[in-house]
Amino acid sequence: MKETPLSNCERRFLLRAIEERKRLDGRQSYDYRNVRISFGADYGCCIVELGRTRVLGQVSCELVSPKLNRATEGILFFNLELSPMAAPAFEPGRQSDLLVKLNRLLERCLRNSKCIDTESLCVVAGVKVWQIRVDLHLLNHDGNIIDAASIAAIVALCHFRRPDVSVQGEEVTLYTPEERDPVPLSIHHMPICVSFAFFQQGTYLLVDPSEREERVMDGLLVIAMNKHREICTIQSSGGIMLLKDQVLRCSKITGVKVAEITELIQKALENDQKVRKEGGKFGFAESIPNQKISAFKMERAPVDTNDVEEQAEEIITKADPPSDVFAKPILRMPGTAQIGEGIENSWGDLEESEREEEEEGNSDDATTPEGQKMETEEINVVSKTKKDDDTIVLSDSEEEEVVILEPEEREKKTRTHTSTKQENSSSKKAFNKKRKKKRATH
Amino acid sequence: MRGSRSKALHDRALVNCQYSMATFSTGERKRRPHGDRKSSEMTLHLKQTFEAAILTQLYPRSQIDIYVQILQADGGNYCACVNAATLATIDAGIPMRDYVCASSAGFIEDTPLADLNYVEEAAGGPQVALALLPKSDQIALLEMNSRLHEDHLEQVIEAASKACKDVYAVLDQVVRDHVHEVTTLLGE
Repeated sequence: MKETPLSNCERRFLLRAIEERKRLDGRQSYDYRNVRISFGADYGCCIVELGRTRVLGQVSCELVSPKLNRATEGILFFNLELSPMAAPAFEPGRQSDLLVKLNRLLERCLRNSKCIDTESLCVVAGVKVWQIRVDLHLLNHDGNIIDAASIAAIVALCHFRRPDVSVQGEEVTLYTPEERDPVPLSIHHMPICVSFAFFQQGTYLLVDPSEREERVMDGLLVIAMNKHREICTIQSSGGIMLLKDQVLRCSKITGVKVAEITELIQKALENDQKVRKEGGKFGFAESIPNQKISAFKMERAPVDTNDVEEQAEEIITKADPPSDVFAKPILRMPGTAQIGEGIENSWGDLEESEREEEEEGNSDDATTPEGQKMETEEINVVSKTKKDDDTIVLSDSEEEEVVILEPEEREKKTRTHTSTKQENSSSKKAFNKKRKKKRATH
Repeated sequence: MRGSRSKALHDRALVNCQYSMATFSTGERKRRPHGDRKSSEMTLHLKQTFEAAILTQLYPRSQIDIYVQILQADGGNYCACVNAATLATIDAGIPMRDYVCASSAGFIEDTPLADLNYVEEAAGGPQVALALLPKSDQIALLEMNSRLHEDHLEQVIEAASKACKDVYAVLDQVVRDHVHEVTTLLGE
């Protein structure tokens, strides 16, 4: 399925928000989303959730003959799969560019940095070595695949246990897990990738971009580091031009982030180890919490509405009162009237059809302009999405019902208003917009 | 525009690259000249570098092809490709923001080294490949492999930048000489 293109107004909204240092999910520029690591029943199986991006990692091993020019080293093989399960835009065999990029980045991060001791994977030099295969599957794509995948890969490798082998002269004995406990891999360090998204030709920088932010970004810089502050990989992509101090600044931020994530990983591994040792229940069934198929698991972000009233008062006192413009209704024909004329909308991109909606008909009260205050869904949508500093707080209100008006009364049925004061102010706001509509007070 | 008509961009030119290594370019015969993962990655990097440098806004709905063939691989493959492609683009008369000069750098025995050859690369130490627009000091592509401590990063990038600027001097001189020669021959 082809990817739905991002609309211009969404793009503009995101970029404007980023210019004001705001992100859609309320994070700061350098904040990561919640990282959750859960382990499966098998050794070497884990799921990493970075916000809503989920990656499943599985490690497996096999005895094979080594490469000819590396007779004493084991083989590491990494594979990241992007299936339509992750996003409808991924088709099997279509998105090769992204796939190559991600796979190569993972390979360079984990293989070239020598995080795993390949010499220890050798069983009989030149004849038999361990081939360790890491398979990563993207389960859900919500941005920043590379970070989640690198965490999943290294966690799976740390969690994995390979069967024990003993060599006596010519004889090689491979023990099953029942005979001898499987042995962990020898891992020198844990490289973690951190992604930086650049916007507006490198002026703004965000860590851990979400899917929407990825769509509007100019370019991406990925730095892989371990907790000893050694950089394992740097990769810049996209068409951005970087400056040297930007790169150095990013590497400092990476150091901080990697330390946090490594600590989290250690804790998760320890917890799992403890549970297994104590004989408790382990595996995905235990660790993925409360996810019934019938329930929609949604993270709640608490919104602080304590000082909403004061802020609203402030805004009201500071705002200009709307101009008193009384418009006479124009009776077109029995049953259809128009009050006021629509002004050219300022969005520019909208089509003719939008202009038609500016004409309102009021069949009941065609000739009584006084005491009518018309507020429709339409205006509120406009007022909410207009980037106006005044409307930060008030955009909570979700007016979805069309207001029914009686002449000489200011009756308004709305769903989520907290106080009448706010009602008035929000309606004032709505009218104060560039898309001025008729307004009459009594 | 041949072939990929569907990929045409309405406001920019499309830059299409291919990186291929001749089978005789490496010590051991290379089985697949292009299409394997490493070559695809190099292709993507070249594309990214030149999309940033070429003024693609001037040629909407067109395609610019850059084909690079490695005849002998002795370290710094990507950097040589970038320098060659820069000269080719200039010779073709395609407007660019600036020369794109690339150089690799490494860090062996606490010393930053510029422009690594095959032996130094195969040693497995840290390597940085840097593509730079020399006049504005903007980095078009930065790539690093293997482990390098954060504190040494600045030195290595410095070494690579300096090498890029030296390459720029050479390329610029070559271009000017060539233009001079050609105009003399044309009798203008």
